[in-house]
This record gives sequence, C-alpha cells and structure tokens, in this order.
Amino acid sequence: MFDHDDTPFEGPETTHVPDVSRITPAVEFRNVDLAFDDSVILDTVSFHLRRGETKIVLGGSGTGKSTIINLILGLLKPDAGEILIDGEEITELDDQELMRVRKKIGMIFQEGALFDSLSVFDNVAYRLAEAKVDADEIEHEVLRMLRFVDLEDAIEKMPAELSGGMRRRVGIARALVGNPTLVLFDEPTAGLDPPTARTICELAIKLRDLEDVSSIFVTHEMNNLEYLCSEYAIVDEKGAVQFVEEGQSLCLINTEVMMLRDGEIIFSGKDEELRQVKDPYIRRFMRGK
Amino acid sequence: MNLFAKFLLELQGVTDLLWRALKGLRKRPRYFPEIIQQLDLIGVGSLGIVLLTGFFTGGVLILQTFPTLKFYGLHMSAGQGVATSLIRELGPVLTALMVAGRVGSAIAAELGSMVVSQQIDAMRALGTSPVRKLVTPRIVALVIALPLLTISADVLGLVGGGIVANWIFGMEVNDYVNSVRNGVAAGDLIGGMIKPLVFGFIIGLIACYKGLSTTGGTVGVGRSTTSAVVTASVVVIISDFFLSKILVSTLSGKVF
Repeated sequence: MFDHDDTPFEGPETTHVPDVSRITPAVEFRNVDLAFDDSVILDTVSFHLRRGETKIVLGGSGTGKSTIINLILGLLKPDAGEILIDGEEITELDDQELMRVRKKIGMIFQEGALFDSLSVFDNVAYRLAEAKVDADEIEHEVLRMLRFVDLEDAIEKMPAELSGGMRRRVGIARALVGNPTLVLFDEPTAGLDPPTARTICELAIKLRDLEDVSSIFVTHEMNNLEYLCSEYAIVDEKGAVQFVEEGQSLCLINTEVMMLRDGEIIFSGKDEELRQVKDPYIRRFMRGK
Repeated sequence: MNLFAKFLLELQGVTDLLWRALKGLRKRPRYFPEIIQQLDLIGVGSLGIVLLTGFFTGGVLILQTFPTLKFYGLHMSAGQGVATSLIRELGPVLTALMVAGRVGSAIAAELGSMVVSQQIDAMRALGTSPVRKLVTPRIVALVIALPLLTISADVLGLVGGGIVANWIFGMEVNDYVNSVRNGVAAGDLIGGMIKPLVFGFIIGLIACYKGLSTTGGTVGVGRSTTSAVVTASVVVIISDFFLSKILVSTLSGKVF
C-alpha cells in the first residue's frame, strides 16, 4: 500500500465470494442533531458514506461542515441521533472505546496541526511510537509515508521550518500511518496556492482510487470539487501514478457531493446534478456571485 | 451566566480533569519519560529563581527582626524566628508562588497553544489521551518537584539569614546555627513538606485546566495564562491558611 515508485500496481484481488463487510457503510449518520446553547449546528442530518467512496462536504463558514468530522471522531457528542462507523454505534462509547475506533480513522486538519515540539519524523511516527512499535519498523513506515506525500527530504525538519503546503502534506502522512480505512479532510487546502492545493487533492484522489480508502473531504473551494469529481488515478506500466480526466471511457461513481446550509443538508448527489440545481443559494455558492 | 454558576462550572471542569488525571496514573500507558522531562523543566528549571528568592527572604527576615529582637534582648533567638517562619510559611508559599508564575504560566500557555492550533484534537484523533500524555506527567512532576524546591529555598533562606546576621549585625555563626536548631521541630518539617505537596497539585491542576479550556485563539491563550497564574496563586494562599489551621490542630500537641 502507498508504495508506487518501485512496484507496479497490481489492482484489487478478484474473488467470487461476496465481501459482506463492503455493504456496511464506512460512516452513517441517522437523524443527528447538535446545538450549542440556542444555536443549532446540525438539524436532523442523515447520510452515509460507502466504502471506497469520497464524499465532498460543501458549505459556507459556520454551516456545520467541520462539526460532522468532529462527530465522526467522537470529539463531539450529538444531542440526538446515531453515528455509526463500520456499523458500530459510537455515540455512547467512552473515551477508551473511542480510541479503538479512532485507530481506523486518519484525520487531516486545516492547518496540519503538527506537534510543534516534534520533528517531521517524530510527527509521522507518533501513532506507531505510542503503540511501542519496533524502531526499525517505525523508520520504514515513516519513510514510506513521506515518500507517498513526496517529502522525504524534510524528514529532519521541525514544523516551524515547513511551508503551509508541506505542513499539510506531513499532516496527511501522519494521518495515513497505520493504514486507516477512513480518512477525514478538514479544509486541507484552505489558504494554499493553487498548485499546492492541487497536490493535496491529488493525494486524496490517490487514496480513493489506488488504496480503496473511504474519505470525507470538507471544503468550500470549488477547485477541489472540480479535481476530485473529474479526475481519477491510475498506475501506468512503469509503476508511475497518472491522473486522468473522466470521460467516455470511465465515469466516476465513487465521489459524491453533499452541501450544508445552516446545519441542514440542502443537496446530496453527483457533481453533475449539483451543476444542474436551480437553487439560488447553491448557484451563488458555486459561482461566487 | 452569573458568577456563582460560572464558578460551579469551573469547579466541575477541574474535578473532572482531576478524576481523569488520577485515572491516567492507574492505567497504561504511563508516560515516565514525559514525567522525567517535566521534572527537568519544572524542577531544575525553577531552581535558580527559587534559590534566589529563598536566600533574600531569609536575609530580609533577619534584617527586619534583628533590631527589634535586640531591643528586647532576644537577638540570640533571631535564627529561631527565621527558621520557623521560613519552614512553616514563607518557604512553601513563596516557592509555590514563584513556581505558579514560572511554571503555571508556561503550562497554561503551552496547552492553550496546542488547543488553538488543534494539536490536542490531533492527539485525540491519533488515539492518545491528552490528559494522560500531558496533564498527569505535569501534575506528578509538580508534586515531586515542589517539595524539593521548597527544601532548597528553606536551606538557602537560612543561609541568607545567617550571612546577614553575621555580616551586618555581627552575630556569631555558632549562635545563629544554635538558635536555628532550637527553632526547628519535626512537626515544622512535616508541615513544611505537606504544604508544597498540596500546592504542587493545585498549581498543576489549575494550570492544565486553564490551558486545556482555552478558547478564542491567541488572545485566549494570553487570557488563560493570566488566569492560570492568578487563580493558582490565590488558591495557594487561601489553601495555605486552611492547611496551617489543620496542621496546627493535628500537630499542636507535639510541636506547636
């Protein structure tokens, strides 16, 4: 997994036995309500994320996008409703049990949220070091992850020495250690220049298409939507990753868009459907005027 | 929200943190390297200011009391006064206040910055309990370090008092040492060690709570830091009164 530089991509193993676990959604929200004092953050929100699917959560500031991610991680508890991760209800779990669930999840924060006092190596190695994994194995894993985000050269640097884009990429490498099956992106391209933002989206596409990782990608930038909904990743004969635009040969079905407004889902579907919607708020959000 | 409700909420938050920090001691993983690191930062790092404070406090005590004692012909007991006030009260309280200022502010600022930059959330997302990893080691280190720092401050205070008594008032070193020995009882030493244990606990708990409950970005970090130092200092002084009362009641038969 993740190592595409020297080994050709072999594709998923074919099997005749149906994998029942794939039917269970990676994430499911059932009528989730959340309010802080008098302010309603989420109002009866229900959706599900299938395995291997990417769900792009769109919406303006304060619409409850990041709250959804915090609820999935168990950092917040809903006032009502159920949240299921791989079919397991997590709203009633205590901290200790949530730690177990969180091991399946990789989280990429808006500003990277790297530990300032630790080097890039130690940041990426954090999860393994906490699990007391053997030092040689940690080094191998860290190098593999840094290679995946193309940041091997920064291994000795401290977070303060990194640019904004590099911090996000280190954050991605750290989140991917332990091979999580679900990755949550919380506005990972906010404040980045377009080429760097594109790099972050490419990493998300690689995870979706080559690693079969389910993900929720919270953003308010339409460029991200464009990249994630129109391109897919393949590995060519030389083992290099290529990004190809969807067209007549292949139409992406593993990416959906969900739009929030004032804590309610106002759209859920494919990007093509989103572009056809007549709702003035959605049209204004997409065009910026 | 009125002040009383706010106070109750804060008390609830501190109690919850205390409970989780204590649970952190009981369960694995226990972060011994972090405890050692914090002992170095808190204990060794604070030694300089604590020694300086102790030395000059002892000196000024002699400076202020010696002339009055001499007026009544009691100047040969000057060391006794310094020893009693330093070991019972000034040593523990002043050391705690210095540590609250230096370490309490650093803890609140560090944890507060980690909260606003989402590092605490990241830690939880990576499967680590911030209470076990950050709070418990700091409280344990403070509870261990503060009594040791207090002993150092007491000793340097007695030395400072001796130097002032000898150099300025011409008191013989042997007379000073004898009066100090006459003034110190086992109960004083026990009381003087119980107080910093409690103060270390108070400073650690309040600083960690204030840091972890930071809201409002970088401005909030400044607010938490100030609040941590002020609250810890005030609680130390208030608890000192009640601790002294309890210690006097419990040890009065033997010592006081």
